[in-house]
Amino acid sequence: MHELAIAESVVDTVLRRTEGRPVSVVRLRIGRLSGVVPDALSFAFEVAAVGTPLQGSTLELEQPQGEAKCRDCGERFVLHDLILLCPCGSADVEVVAGRELAVASVEVS
Amino acid sequence: MCATCGCGSDGVRVTLVGAGTETHQHAHDHPHEHPHSQAHDSAAGIRTHTLELEEAVLARNDDLAAHNRAWLDERGVTVVNLMSSPGSGKTTLLEKTIAGSTRPVSVIEGDQETLYDAQRIRAAGARAVQVNTGSGCHLDAVMVRRALDELAPEHGSLVVVENVGNLVCPALFDLGETRRVVVCSVTEGDDKPLKYPHMFGSADLVVLNKTDLLPYVDFDVERFESDLRKLQVGIEIIPVSARTGAGLDDWQEWLTNV
Repeated sequence: MHELAIAESVVDTVLRRTEGRPVSVVRLRIGRLSGVVPDALSFAFEVAAVGTPLQGSTLELEQPQGEAKCRDCGERFVLHDLILLCPCGSADVEVVAGRELAVASVEVS
Repeated sequence: MCATCGCGSDGVRVTLVGAGTETHQHAHDHPHEHPHSQAHDSAAGIRTHTLELEEAVLARNDDLAAHNRAWLDERGVTVVNLMSSPGSGKTTLLEKTIAGSTRPVSVIEGDQETLYDAQRIRAAGARAVQVNTGSGCHLDAVMVRRALDELAPEHGSLVVVENVGNLVCPALFDLGETRRVVVCSVTEGDDKPLKYPHMFGSADLVVLNKTDLLPYVDFDVERFESDLRKLQVGIEIIPVSARTGAGLDDWQEWLTNV
């Protein structure tokens, strides 16, 4: 259940950057290969936000898909899981997207 | 608890085992304030605006891990982050590692509760700090920082971090380690790499333990290795039996070259 630790990091980051102003929306970018479960994170966020200016705020998740680049054929392709296999048959591929774990923006008043 | 900076009443306890009286260390010196205002009213009519933050969620942990790494580099200390499910034989492997190591070894033990593992390491002849995470399921960079302060590893030594037994959560948290090693035992089954791709995909080395039990379990070593290579084409794998000592020379050699 590392989503609780992730949620607490989100709350800490937003609190530090918004200096206590009321926050109504928190937008995260959570890549599909990041190892974070969106539902678990949303649940944990509600808990972590209690007693802070983020309490009751809406969590919006953007979930970029995984993408990889093959070091052999140079092709860039969609990666649905962490099995690193290019359509050309090569397993020598680099993950170039999908591992994002970032606070993108917030809505403050 | 504040899992990111590890401070406050988070239930984490750091204990140096075997120093006569076991000392507990809780203090940390960085300021940390959470502004606690009243929950806001998000009803219509309140004008809001967008604030772009664009900050990595784990930026604080990653910064602290980078700080740990620099601190360790300055002292020529090598850190191996040892991760696995509970019961894979990490502590037994460490007991044998300590006995056969050519350089000083000390250990940071992570478990939710008890000093059992640190006491075993101490009995095996190495210095050990136990980090008890309470409800926590992984170690983070701050816990390791606090443990390093207690441990004060000597110049040029090897520190092994035995992470909390868990094939999921520890994969996400950089501790400032030099290398990541995942231990998997044959009794766990050969299907583990693809079931836990984040963990096995982040490893620099996989140690396959309890190979002395291979005749008694349905574990296909070829399938295990082939699945690992689907995650990392060049992954290094060392089969060992910590119990019988088979393969431990290869493991010690790998450690020497880290």
